[in-house]
Amino acid sequence: MNKINKLFQEKKNNIFSVYFTAGFPHLHDTAITIQELENNGVDMIEIGMPFSDPLADGPTIQGSSEVALENGMTIKILFEQLSKINIKGSKSAMVLMGYLNPVMQYGVEKFCKDASALGIDGVIIPDLPMQEYVDEYKSTFDKYNLKNIFLITPQTSEERIRFIDSHSNGFIYMVSSSSTTGAKAGVQHGQEAYFKRIQAMKLKNPTMIGFGIGDNASFANACKFANGAIIGSAFINAVKGSIDLKKDINAFVNRIIKG
Amino acid sequence: MNYQVNEKGYYGNYGGAFIPEMLYPNVEELRQKYLTIMNEESFKDELNGLLKDYVGRPSPLYFAKRLSEHYKTNIYLKREDLNHTGAHKINNTLGQILLAKRLGKTRIIAETGAGQHGVATATVCALMGLECIVFMGEIDIERQAPNVARMKLLGAKVIPALSGSKTLKDATNEAIRDWINNPVDTYYIIGSVVGPHPYPDMVARFQSVISEEIKTQLLEKTGDENPNYVIACVGGGSNAAGAFYHYLDNKEVKLIAVEAAGKGIDSGHSAATSVLGKPGIIHGSKTLLMQTEDGQITEPYSISAGLDYPGVGPMHANLFETGRATFASVTDEEALKAVYLLCELEGIIPALESAHALAHLENLKAKPTDVVVVNLSGRGDKDLATYMKFMK
Repeated sequence: MNKINKLFQEKKNNIFSVYFTAGFPHLHDTAITIQELENNGVDMIEIGMPFSDPLADGPTIQGSSEVALENGMTIKILFEQLSKINIKGSKSAMVLMGYLNPVMQYGVEKFCKDASALGIDGVIIPDLPMQEYVDEYKSTFDKYNLKNIFLITPQTSEERIRFIDSHSNGFIYMVSSSSTTGAKAGVQHGQEAYFKRIQAMKLKNPTMIGFGIGDNASFANACKFANGAIIGSAFINAVKGSIDLKKDINAFVNRIIKG
Repeated sequence: MNYQVNEKGYYGNYGGAFIPEMLYPNVEELRQKYLTIMNEESFKDELNGLLKDYVGRPSPLYFAKRLSEHYKTNIYLKREDLNHTGAHKINNTLGQILLAKRLGKTRIIAETGAGQHGVATATVCALMGLECIVFMGEIDIERQAPNVARMKLLGAKVIPALSGSKTLKDATNEAIRDWINNPVDTYYIIGSVVGPHPYPDMVARFQSVISEEIKTQLLEKTGDENPNYVIACVGGGSNAAGAFYHYLDNKEVKLIAVEAAGKGIDSGHSAATSVLGKPGIIHGSKTLLMQTEDGQITEPYSISAGLDYPGVGPMHANLFETGRATFASVTDEEALKAVYLLCELEGIIPALESAHALAHLENLKAKPTDVVVVNLSGRGDKDLATYMKFMK
């Protein structure tokens, strides 16, 4: 069974997902980052594939992507690194996150085939729109049992949320506010109305809240309105310049879960 | 063969709207409304009135007698350089700002490379009394100081793009990120026939006034509205889109798009996207773009800051793929020679971008009976420092 589906079947609350940029801070930190996140009980790991022009990202992830590319990271190298650790047998669900162009150049079918063979469970590609996915790529993703995760925002209409829900089979990524990643700290007052509106829609897919979650308080608050929350930029800041990744990742996870 | 955009936003294999969900409501609203608004009588009246009285249209179609003698053919220059603000860019910014007002938007953002689109946007924002923020690569801010001063004088806030390579591509990224962060009150005026659908089509329509006028003017001057050739430079491709637009379906008219070869196509310092690019996604559009094997977008080079864009509009990618337009390229050196030649023979100082189109006359091999229209997209005031530096 796909580990994303399994995760949401077994756990309904406080699901903790962490995004990291592959190749950051150093090219060969991928394996240790994944293993430490997994050992510390992180439920889902989003492995970021760096891109030169990350439109939906704020300065933190732009910066980590730039460093990762300077370090020489490519999808090919990433997949080689992943082939050396047991992704398939990991306790954490594994998601690849990145932009469409590098995936297109790798070849969408080959990408799906290789990712699936490695044990990857899902993919988040923010600049692959829903309709394009349904028309062009869904059959390929389905063939390799990869869940494609879509975003919704406070501006997404109810009709479109229903459309996204109907074509999703993993979870729905709720962007907490109208922003690029890492922009605002904490879940603000005005957002609660949006979160409650989505809760009331009783979607068939579970939901995860991301963007602007960075500490114990914002994580706990987001978990009140969704099955869990996703942290990206705050994790990048925590491992930036790290000389002891193991220790820093352990401290970061504890800080989020226990405060 | 149809060279216009289809209902899904594609020109053949190119186009579409590859945007993050955060931008979907704004782009979708624009997609649903742009044609309706552009076809309203009151919109057309307001736009045409301003194009006439504020921009100074129609721009002349000038028979360049001495240049024609030099090349032994018949050359007409479409004088977009005589527009207010000195280039074709204002045809588009004026159209889009009227559209933004009808959508109830109060804050305008734009990207700019050389600064021509930034100036044209700052100008129409001042005209309409709307807040204006222009994103410009930090490196471009340094090398295009006079246009930065113009924008500031016109009341725009110029924000340096510090990410990536700090040039036009990154200024565009920053403008898109700003729109993601300000989805309700903000309208993004894109300066070329690039970006997600409907931008390429909308910008092409606003620029199509160029070829509409060429037809009328050429008929008046020669008795035939169709020339043998239309030549225009291409970075993103907005002036070429405008100059080609009403000739797309008439194959008797040969369309020539001139890209910037920079220091030479194989030099590693070039912006000739049709030769060096591969299909991919840039700024929300599937098109030809310069990139690494792994799909990272690379930085192009041209002496002309208006042509060093790593992609090309999807309409042009399709014209290239179908062979409807011929793509040529011109080096920095050839473009500079064309500048000095036009100064000497016609008393006109062209922009570096437009000089690329002029330089192609060297390779055209036109017959003495041929009629050649070159779109003189902008004037060279902004390039004076470069021209003085290389003058012998």
